[in-house]
Amino acid sequence: MEQRNEAWREALRQSMKPKERMAIGRVKMNELDGDYRSHSYEEVNQGLTKEQAMLEAKRCLDCPNPSCMTGCPVGIDIPSFIKNIERGEILEAAKVLKRTSALPAVCGRVCPQERQCESQCIHVKSGHQAVAIGYLERFAADYERESGNIAVPEVAAPNGIKIGVVGSGPCGLSFAGDMAKLGYDVTVFEALHEIGGVLKYGIPEFRLPNNIVDVEIHNLEKMGVKFMTNTIVGKTVSMDDLKEAGFRALFVASGAGLPNFMNIPGENLIGIMSSNEYLTRVNLMGAARTSDSDTPVIQGKRVAVIGGGNTAMDSVRTARRLGAERAMIVYRRSEEEMPARVEEVKHAKEEGVEFMTLHNPIEYIGDEHGRVKQMRLQKMQLGEPDASGRRRPEPIPGAVETIDVDEVIVSVGVSPNPLIPNSVSGLNVSRKGTIEVSEDMQSSIPTIFAGGDIVRGGATVILAMGDGRKAAAAMHSKIQAGEI
Amino acid sequence: MNRIVGKEYFSPNVVKLEIEAPLIAKSRRAGHFVIVRCDEHGERMPLTIAGADLQKGTITLVVQKIGVSSTKLCDLNVGDYVHDVVGPLGKATHIEKFGTVVCAGGGVGVAPLLPIIQAMKAAGNRVVSVLAGRTKDLIILEDEVRRSSDEVIIMTDDGSYGKKGLVTAGVEEVINREKVDLCVTIGPAVMMKFVAQLTKKYNVPTVASLNTIMVDGTGMCGACRVTVGGKTKFVCVDGPEFDAHEVDFEEMMMRMGAYKPLEAEQMEHYRHEHEAH
Repeated sequence: MEQRNEAWREALRQSMKPKERMAIGRVKMNELDGDYRSHSYEEVNQGLTKEQAMLEAKRCLDCPNPSCMTGCPVGIDIPSFIKNIERGEILEAAKVLKRTSALPAVCGRVCPQERQCESQCIHVKSGHQAVAIGYLERFAADYERESGNIAVPEVAAPNGIKIGVVGSGPCGLSFAGDMAKLGYDVTVFEALHEIGGVLKYGIPEFRLPNNIVDVEIHNLEKMGVKFMTNTIVGKTVSMDDLKEAGFRALFVASGAGLPNFMNIPGENLIGIMSSNEYLTRVNLMGAARTSDSDTPVIQGKRVAVIGGGNTAMDSVRTARRLGAERAMIVYRRSEEEMPARVEEVKHAKEEGVEFMTLHNPIEYIGDEHGRVKQMRLQKMQLGEPDASGRRRPEPIPGAVETIDVDEVIVSVGVSPNPLIPNSVSGLNVSRKGTIEVSEDMQSSIPTIFAGGDIVRGGATVILAMGDGRKAAAAMHSKIQAGEI
Repeated sequence: MNRIVGKEYFSPNVVKLEIEAPLIAKSRRAGHFVIVRCDEHGERMPLTIAGADLQKGTITLVVQKIGVSSTKLCDLNVGDYVHDVVGPLGKATHIEKFGTVVCAGGGVGVAPLLPIIQAMKAAGNRVVSVLAGRTKDLIILEDEVRRSSDEVIIMTDDGSYGKKGLVTAGVEEVINREKVDLCVTIGPAVMMKFVAQLTKKYNVPTVASLNTIMVDGTGMCGACRVTVGGKTKFVCVDGPEFDAHEVDFEEMMMRMGAYKPLEAEQMEHYRHEHEAH
C-alpha cells in the first residue's frame, strides 16, 4: 500500500468521481468461439487489450481500506497494481504483483476470484459486478512477459543457508520464490520429469498454457532457485541424506496426488481411469495432443466424467477436444452445489458438454474384451443439509437408468500422497493422511514445515501459494531467532 | 546423468544396459523398479532394477524389445543418455530367512528376479531357482543365478536346453520332493497365474511381482491398479509384489491389453519411419 499517498495516485483518484467509476460496466473477456475451441487446444480466454484493461482499471475506487486484499490468500496489493494499469504503467503494475506472488500469470488464470478477492470488492457490496481483478492481474503479467522485459525480483545477499523443498507445484514454487528473495540457497526436488506439479500435469493448456508456467519457473531460476527433477525425497534421497548434505530445513509441499475411486462394480474395466491419469497422459505427456508423443490415450466417443469440481470440468472439456461426440458430467448433487468455478461450467456448456446432475454411477458394464460399454446411474434428489451445509443427495428408489459409454473419467477427489508421511519417522499425520502443522506451518519435526494439499487435502492453487508464503516467513523468522 | 556405460545383447531382442544413476544405485533394494523415459517425446516406462554397482554408481536394466519405447531404449548405445530415470520405486522385497525358497522366473523376468535370489541367499535361505524360456536363446543370466542358488532347474518349451516343459513343471518337481517355504515368481502375467494356481494347490505361500501399465509410478494416477484379495491396490506404491494367491490375474491381463491396438499402430508407424531413414 506504500504507493497510495504518492502524488500520481492522488491525482488519479481526483480525476474521476466514484459515481462515474461505478457507472462503467465490467469488461468482458475476449474468448474463442465455443464450436471452434472444442476442437482446439488453444487457450480459450484471450486476455484483455490494453484499452480494455485501462478502462476496467478505472472502475476500481482505490478504497482507503481495500477489502479485496483481505480476500487474497497471498495479500497482493490490489489497488496499487490496478492504479498502475489505469495510468498506463503496466510494467510497474507487474512489479507490484511480483512483490507478493511468484506466479501472477498463473493465478490470474486459475484462481476462483469470485470466491476470493472479487467477492470482497466494494462494487459487490453495492450490488454491482466486482472489478475484474483476475483479468487485470493476468493482463499485467502477460503484458510484462510479452514485452520481453520481465523483471527479476530483488534478491537479498546470499546467506549460505541451504533449504530443501519437496514438490514443485504452486505451493513449493511460492515458498521457493520467497526464500530466494530472503537470500537462502533453495533447492526444489520434483518426482516427475517436469517442474510445476498440477500446473503441468493437471490444468490443461486451453486454460493455462505450459509455456506461461515455464516462463514463471524460469524467473525463479534467475533468482537462484535450483531444481532437481526425477528426485523423490524419501526414495531417491532420504531425509538423512539431505541433512548430511547440509540442508538446514525442509518444506514439504508434495500435494494430494492420490486419486480416489468409488469402489463400485466394474470400476477396473478398460476405459475407466482417474482424472489424474487422463490429464497426465494428455497434458504432461502430450498424448493425442502432440503428434510426436509416444504416450497413448483412449479417445472415447461417449465419455462420462464423474464429479463436479474443476478437475472434472478440465477432464470433460479435454474429452471434447479429443473427439468425444457425447461428453457428460455426471454429478450426484445439483448444479448449485458444484464446486467447479462458474466460468468453467459456463465454458463447458458452451463447448457442448452435457450435464447430468442428480445422477450417481452405481455400476459399470463391460463387453467381452473387458472394455466399458455402459454405466448404470442412480437418480438422486436433495434431502436435508449435511455437515458441510450442502443438501445431502439421496437415491430415488427404483430410479436407475443405463447409458452407453466407452470411456469414464473418475474425478471424485484426491487424497494426500503417503510417500513422505510414510518415509519420515516422528512426523505427526492425521487420520486422513495429511501432515499436521502448527499456525506457522511447522510440523512435529521442528526442521520440517509443510503446506498446500499435503496439509489441506485437495484445495486450490492460490491457497497452496498462500501456505508457501506463510511457511517461508515463519521458517525465516525461526532461523533468524536461532530456533532451527 | 543417466549415461549408458555398458550394453550387452542376451539375444537379438533382449538387451542388458548399465546406466549411471548413483543415487538410485545407493538407495535401491531387491524388488524396486525405476521409471525411464528415453527422449523428450518418450513415454514413461517401468522397469525393475536387475542390479547395481555402488562403486561405479550404476544400475542394470534388462529390456526386451516389445513396443516403440522398449525398442528405442534397446537401440541406445554406450555413451548415449537416457533422458529420465526416476526411482527406486515401489516397496522392496520382504527378505528374511524363510527356509527353502523357490524362485521361478520366465523370460526377461529372470533379470528382476536375480537381486531377490541374491538377497534370499544372503539371508540364509536354501534357494532353488527355476528358469524358463521358450527356447535356449531366451534363458538369461544363468551364471549369475547359479552363483546365488543352491540348485538351478532350467525349463524350455521346446526342450532345446534343460528340461522340456513349462516353469510350473520345474516348480512342481521341487515341491514334490522337499518342503518349500516360499515361492517367488516373476515373468509374463499368464506364467505367474499358472505358478500361483500350482502353489495354491500345495499350499505354498507365493509372491508375484506384477508388471502392469504405469504412468507416473508414484501413486498419483491409478493406471496400475489391480484387485488383490477383493480390494483395489496400486501396483506402484502398494507393490509391485503381492500374495499371488490373492491377485485377480484375469482382470490384470485384461487391463494390460488396454492399449494393444494403439501400441500396434504406433509400432507400425515407428518401423515405417525407421526404415525410411
